[in-house]
Amino acid sequence: MFDLTGKNALITGASGGIGGEIAKALHGAGATVGLSGTRTEPLEALAAELGERAHVLPCNLSDADAVNALPKQAAEAMGSVDILVNNAGITRDNLFMRMSEDEWNSVLEVNLTSTFRLCKGVLRSMMKSRWGRIVNISSVVGATGNPGQGNYAAAKAGMIGMSKSLAYEVASRGITVNAVAPGFIETAMTDKLNDDQKGAILGQIPAGRMGTPAEIAASVLFLASAEAGYMTGATLHVNGGMAML
Amino acid sequence: MSDIADRVKKIVVEHLSVEEDKVTESASFIDDLGADSLDTVELVMAFEEEFGIEIPDDAAETIQTFGDAVKFISEAQ
Repeated sequence: MFDLTGKNALITGASGGIGGEIAKALHGAGATVGLSGTRTEPLEALAAELGERAHVLPCNLSDADAVNALPKQAAEAMGSVDILVNNAGITRDNLFMRMSEDEWNSVLEVNLTSTFRLCKGVLRSMMKSRWGRIVNISSVVGATGNPGQGNYAAAKAGMIGMSKSLAYEVASRGITVNAVAPGFIETAMTDKLNDDQKGAILGQIPAGRMGTPAEIAASVLFLASAEAGYMTGATLHVNGGMAML
Repeated sequence: MSDIADRVKKIVVEHLSVEEDKVTESASFIDDLGADSLDTVELVMAFEEEFGIEIPDDAAETIQTFGDAVKFISEAQ
């Protein structure tokens, strides 16, 4: 349905559950993909699985210099970056009263500041080509809050405000900036929850189940497509009805 | 007119779709030539490419008029 042939997409956090599925979806629609992440091994495994049109671009998102260099490396590997998916994220949960500056800063740095840096880094060429798609992966907790995740929720809410502001600035240049806010998705991040926690979460989800990474990837694929050209500054909530925003 | 001024003028005329005679020494990109703030960013990008120079953000902010641009680029080369 959506054809991304000839488009080059940079995806951060491609070694993770959701990022890997996003890469597969965009690649499956014909895009060339740049797979970024901290761990090289899973990226290489994914690139091998995808075959042609896949480039491995390791990057530690807590290293500012490495992040600032990534858009250029991606453009050198693929020719350009037409689609940027800021998917990488970390959690360092703690009760607000116990949260250290380090826990706060590291989550803001990786989840929000690296998104800012990467957006900035790809804009120049998108402005010139009068076409670009930026999709920032936020989270339902950015809208609803979540106990123990003051840092993560702040970063994820920040991504939405940042996306909207940038969307305003570059809309006239054919660049769209949107966010996708997943609810609870079956990944390594939610595997860490115990059965009681999972049960409590499922009770809040009208769909009665967790989402799959492929269901997030489908939203990203839509926002990355030419067909979504009139959609910008939006947040797609993909959460099984858990929060109807 | 110098070669630099001609090349700068060509970029301005093309990018902002303005008449060549409007692009005078003191013409402000925003006030006189209808540019918005993003246009000025794009003009600076175009100057950087045309002349193979780097214009840092703080310097870019001082380039308000056609004359400013020609002066900055002449000095940078």
